[in-house]
Amino acid sequence: MHLISRPYRAFLIFNYVFLTFIALLSLFPILNVLSVSFSSSSAADSGQVVLWPVEFTWKSYDFVLQAGEFNTAFVNSVLRVVLGVPLSVLVTVLIAYPLSKENATFPQRTLYVWIFVFTMLFSGGLIPSFLVIKQLHLLDSVWALVLPVTVQVFNVLLMLNFFRNLPKELEDASLIDGASHWRTLWSVYLPISLPSLATILLFTLVMHWNSWFDGMIYMNDVGRYPLATYLQSILNMTSIPKTNLTLEQAILLKSVSSRTARAAQIFVAAFPILLIYPFLQKYFVKGLVVGSVKG
Amino acid sequence: MFRKAKVSRKNHQLHLMLIPGFVLILLFSYLPIVGLSIAFQDFNPIIGFKELRWNGLDNFHYILSLPDFKPALRNTVVISVMKIVAGIVVPVVAALLLNEVRSALFKRSVQTIVYMPHFFSWVILGGIVIDILSPDQGVVNVILGAFGVDPISFLSSNAWFRYVMVITDQWKEFGFSTIVYLAALAGVDQGQYEAALMDGAGRWRQTWHVTLPGIRPIVVLMATLSLGSILNGGFDQIFNLYNPLVFETGDILDTLLYRIGIEQAQYSVAAAIGLVKSIVSLGLIGLGYWLAYKIANYRIF
Repeated sequence: MHLISRPYRAFLIFNYVFLTFIALLSLFPILNVLSVSFSSSSAADSGQVVLWPVEFTWKSYDFVLQAGEFNTAFVNSVLRVVLGVPLSVLVTVLIAYPLSKENATFPQRTLYVWIFVFTMLFSGGLIPSFLVIKQLHLLDSVWALVLPVTVQVFNVLLMLNFFRNLPKELEDASLIDGASHWRTLWSVYLPISLPSLATILLFTLVMHWNSWFDGMIYMNDVGRYPLATYLQSILNMTSIPKTNLTLEQAILLKSVSSRTARAAQIFVAAFPILLIYPFLQKYFVKGLVVGSVKG
Repeated sequence: MFRKAKVSRKNHQLHLMLIPGFVLILLFSYLPIVGLSIAFQDFNPIIGFKELRWNGLDNFHYILSLPDFKPALRNTVVISVMKIVAGIVVPVVAALLLNEVRSALFKRSVQTIVYMPHFFSWVILGGIVIDILSPDQGVVNVILGAFGVDPISFLSSNAWFRYVMVITDQWKEFGFSTIVYLAALAGVDQGQYEAALMDGAGRWRQTWHVTLPGIRPIVVLMATLSLGSILNGGFDQIFNLYNPLVFETGDILDTLLYRIGIEQAQYSVAAAIGLVKSIVSLGLIGLGYWLAYKIANYRIF
């Protein structure tokens, strides 16, 4: 039985109240704009919306989802995720496995690790990277959004540290039984690395979904923008362009304002992240702790 | 011996596995580093790489003569330092407070909420920030208005812009940054608390003499590692929130580089800014890792 002193009890009460306040404060901007997206344009434009939608309506979402450009951008984002995430995870594992070996068995290891880590420490930056993409004729190709970000050295280090902490006997037994490194990696290492694989998969997924800058500089054709880039270009406009509207949109425009439409766009783009958030929270936290606090 | 030889004969497989990774970083990391050589040229995008016109340090002199350069450099350092300080103080305090929570359900609920903004991009969070801070409809000014405060254009005000950047940066990252400190707090030796209790130390003195020294190494580590980001300032955030009215306090090196390089297509000048930035950052990262190694005995791999 712990004795709780009176000042400490007062602190505990303050602590619960304060943390509740901080959590609500973090949530508030998101809830407010979410409420705006579900409010009527007149309520939103006159600043009546605080925590709940005023004059609840789906019309802003109808308006956003009617836009052809929005749907094209959504498909472009899905494409970069479908191509980029598996490729990145595959290449990451193929780098991490050899580099997780001991120096005694793989003498070049230290040099190779440095070759990868150096890219984290020093980069050519925006313009030379842009020129490389241009020279490789990758402008306006989805590969410009996939290939340059395939090797994420942070993920490599995370996977590498995970492999290093596995019992050495697993590998020895497998290799001495005559299995190749490929086979050892595939049948011995990967099956017991699923949580780490899930972590880097989610890292990569979020990175691809959220990336907007590469789309902005590597895609000249707006029709090839991924969703994040499209959203960025829309949010920079002061009002919705009144051209290129479908008939349905033109009708909806009566009850939708730039503000409510923009709020709806934000949440359609955020929706996939919200959807996988429970997994993100579970694996990111684990991955971050594994990656930073090594045994 | 026989076993060793048999195993090491398979080493060529290890090299083979590395090939895709090497090809990719050669193309997309090392080739751009070579491309930084255009910083010493008068590179014309129409002529391309066929005809190289070297001009020594002309681009660097030109940068120094740009009126936008010095404010951008100053803003970058000021904003970064503010963010680094906030980025240590806020998460450490939050972690200490969360650590005192006994109800697992309450703790998990708070964590679930405060981790969330980390996973959204600055495009999404920027859109939200622009909306809530809007002078005529935004909820912040609506609430302030209820207290009789006149509307404030937070994102167009040189008095406010940097603070908005630091606060919204904390909104996005503080929760997620607590993870590392919470892990460190969980690792503090429980025996020390019992020993302190035996000595008659109350809660405050336990925190002061056991908890804080327990997480000091990780705090030092995070502080030294953040040195490398001093020249960053947060491009994604600032680019999505700034406008010409706040260039004076909000324009950073990366946004300046973007405008010169991409909007004005002055490739060589922009590359020169990038080169200086990369070299200084490398030096700072090196310094940070050296300090981390000396003080906290930390190595990245």
